Amino acid sequence: MTATAAELTAPAARGLDRARLIPGLAQAAVGAYALWAFGLGARTASGAKAAVGMALNPNAPGALGMQTFPAAPVAIALSLVCVVCGVARAFAPLGPAARRGLTVGYVVSFVLAFLVWASAGTSTLGGVSLPGVLNNTLIVSVPLILGALCGIICERSGVVNVAIEGQFLFGAFSSAMAATMSGSVWIGLVVGALSGALLGSLLAVLANRYHIEQVVLGVVLNLFALGLTNFLYDKLLSPKAAEFNQPPVFQAIRIPGLADIPVIGPVLFDQNILFYLTFLIIAVLQVGLFRTRWGLRTRAVGEHPRAADTVGIKVLGTRYRNVVMAGLISGLGGVWLTIGQVGSFTTNMSAGKGFIALAALIVGRWSPVGALGAALLFGFAGGLNNALAPLGTPLPGQVLSMAPYLATVFVVASLGGIVRAPAAENQPYVKD
Amino acid sequence: MTTQSTEQETPAPEPFGGLGQAARNVFNAENSLLVTFLAVVLALVAGAILMVVSDTETLNRAGYFFSAPGDFFSAAWHDVSSGYTALFKGAIFDPATVNGTPTQFFGPITNTLLMATPLIFGGLAVSLAFRGGLFNIGGQGQLIAGAIFAAYVSFAWHLPPGLHVLVAVLAGAFGGMLYGALVGWLKAWRGAHEVIVTIMLNYVAFYFLGYLLNANGFHNPDKLGQAVSKPADADARLPRLFGDSVNTDVGLVIAVAATIATAWLLHRSKLGFEVRALGINPRAARIAGINVGRTQVLAMALSGLLFGLVGVTQTLGTTNPNNNSLSPNIDAGLGFDAITVALLGRNRPWGIVAAALLFGAFNAGASVMQASAGLPVDIVNVVKAIIVIFVAAPQIVREIFRLRTQRAPLATGGKA
Repeated sequence: MTATAAELTAPAARGLDRARLIPGLAQAAVGAYALWAFGLGARTASGAKAAVGMALNPNAPGALGMQTFPAAPVAIALSLVCVVCGVARAFAPLGPAARRGLTVGYVVSFVLAFLVWASAGTSTLGGVSLPGVLNNTLIVSVPLILGALCGIICERSGVVNVAIEGQFLFGAFSSAMAATMSGSVWIGLVVGALSGALLGSLLAVLANRYHIEQVVLGVVLNLFALGLTNFLYDKLLSPKAAEFNQPPVFQAIRIPGLADIPVIGPVLFDQNILFYLTFLIIAVLQVGLFRTRWGLRTRAVGEHPRAADTVGIKVLGTRYRNVVMAGLISGLGGVWLTIGQVGSFTTNMSAGKGFIALAALIVGRWSPVGALGAALLFGFAGGLNNALAPLGTPLPGQVLSMAPYLATVFVVASLGGIVRAPAAENQPYVKD
Repeated sequence: MTTQSTEQETPAPEPFGGLGQAARNVFNAENSLLVTFLAVVLALVAGAILMVVSDTETLNRAGYFFSAPGDFFSAAWHDVSSGYTALFKGAIFDPATVNGTPTQFFGPITNTLLMATPLIFGGLAVSLAFRGGLFNIGGQGQLIAGAIFAAYVSFAWHLPPGLHVLVAVLAGAFGGMLYGALVGWLKAWRGAHEVIVTIMLNYVAFYFLGYLLNANGFHNPDKLGQAVSKPADADARLPRLFGDSVNTDVGLVIAVAATIATAWLLHRSKLGFEVRALGINPRAARIAGINVGRTQVLAMALSGLLFGLVGVTQTLGTTNPNNNSLSPNIDAGLGFDAITVALLGRNRPWGIVAAALLFGAFNAGASVMQASAGLPVDIVNVVKAIIVIFVAAPQIVREIFRLRTQRAPLATGGKA
């Protein structure tokens, strides 16, 4: 299994009770709220129909039409599933795998209940487009995933990386500039990834050799990256856009056959190369971190560097290598923001995504697949604004934007005892 | 330190030996003032390089550098000198205004003081938490909370003139304190890491402010389509110190008072002792009978209070550009700037005042730099970040300038 060290240490008798009871009951309470608001609320009342669009482009020939079904019963059923999941988590004697399954089931039914509520009575407006929501979610998630993966490698080897935000900015800026000047997206990709690694190596040297407090260091590097990219944007990219800031963008690669699957096909298999690369990196890291010699050594260096040193693992070498390599990955996140999506660079275009990536890795408990789940959840909340804007839900956009952050605070607070960072995180290693 | 003191205790063989030693100590790597000064110099050099590199015309001259090097150097010198002259004129004094009005004459220096005021509060806030072993990166959220409270009191309540501003200031401090205490509570009793919680609460506060600014009751109905709150009542604004022609307000006085109070709290009070003990060694503090959870909550609450005062000066002070009303970017990045100030001031209250004055001068000069030398304001942020990196890693400065170290490097351990 891919059980993290945190899960292995969890079953201390008292800790287990508290750790199950509080989040379980909190989930049940939120589920009950969903029942009251989504299932029994005014929007789904008096037989309103939920309308769900099934195609990314409803006017294309052969596209699936809009589906409608009664909103209230479905929302009530889904909310009840949430309540049951929460209660089961609190009281049923279950293993960690089953509990994780319950959590996934809980989140999925909560999200679906919300969507049913949001789409109720919107058939004249085209309903909630299911592929549209999925597509928005994934597009917003990709940089979060890449940033979180970068953070995982750094923190697993014992270096806190708060500078993901700055790495995004570096990657976005330099890839846009390099791609414009060379006319090639590939050169943009390489330069973007390398400049993420450049900031990573700065972080590695200042943290490992000069022992600057790593959280402070990350914050300062973010300010540095923001100041530098803003300055160069105002000085070069903005006045001479044709020369420096009109890059080509990556084109979508359609995978034949798979892309024709209804609903999910165009969303998952008609994206650009960075998208596929992201999922490849997740798989490689999940296996690499927990099944290979490199992963074992990395985790050893992050948990107990002295012991690792004793058995002959080069602690500082591992840390340098991993932090720089992780910088390549978050540089890719920056590349996605410019030539992976919109093309040209704008000031502060990472807009806090690096910090959300940091939250995703903690909520995902320092594992690549966990971070994927958390990033998708954040991406869903982030992409939802676009999808719901035309439907006139009574929810202000800002409240929706606030949700993932509040959720993270709740998760971190309710799992405080269980979620445990690598032990040697933020401790510079000095040989005796 | 031990070697230094024993050397000074040994009787000097010649009468001027002690003096010579003292003179040499000025250039010693242990002298943190010297390291800070050199860090500023290095950062300004880096800024100068950035100015030259980003000027494409100067770079063109570098293309024929070997045929006419003077061309390149004069262009580069012009870039750098015009930039830093503008910075000085905007931050300290502009010789052209010798015979001008008081507003012109004192303009630059009062701008510096005005910019330094929130940085003093913020730097004190970060350092207070830091001395207790807590990272408060939640300045943005706490100052937004303070600004919301202060703004609400300032436009919704109608109190007698002197009382109104007092209540508004206290409300802002209270708002920041609540938001900070929440973090302390989550840390102490729920085991949530304060770094992640504060980052998340920053966004919560930011979006909540965005929601409020569009909501009835807060939104200014006169400004349709703009996300701004109603303006503060005239008697709830911070009074100016030297009449309307000089834009220094009471915020500066409160900042000095806050510095004295923080210095007293940290070094003379029981709570300050507990906070420092906790920061140095939490386990020892717990064994010594210090209530760790309570101390953490109090430290974060006081830190939040100081950030709340940043919210107050941002909303009710003369810095506010929108007629003393709230706008979405009321925080102006001060939550993160404060961290750099605390670091540069080495977490000591009066050091923070000095650091805030330096960075305040940079901020004040930046706009003049942009206007008269065509340099984007963000260059000073780059310079500030570099200063902080050098100050946080004095060993780099020592290596660059080959400063002698008196003792074997202990904590830094050389090349580990």
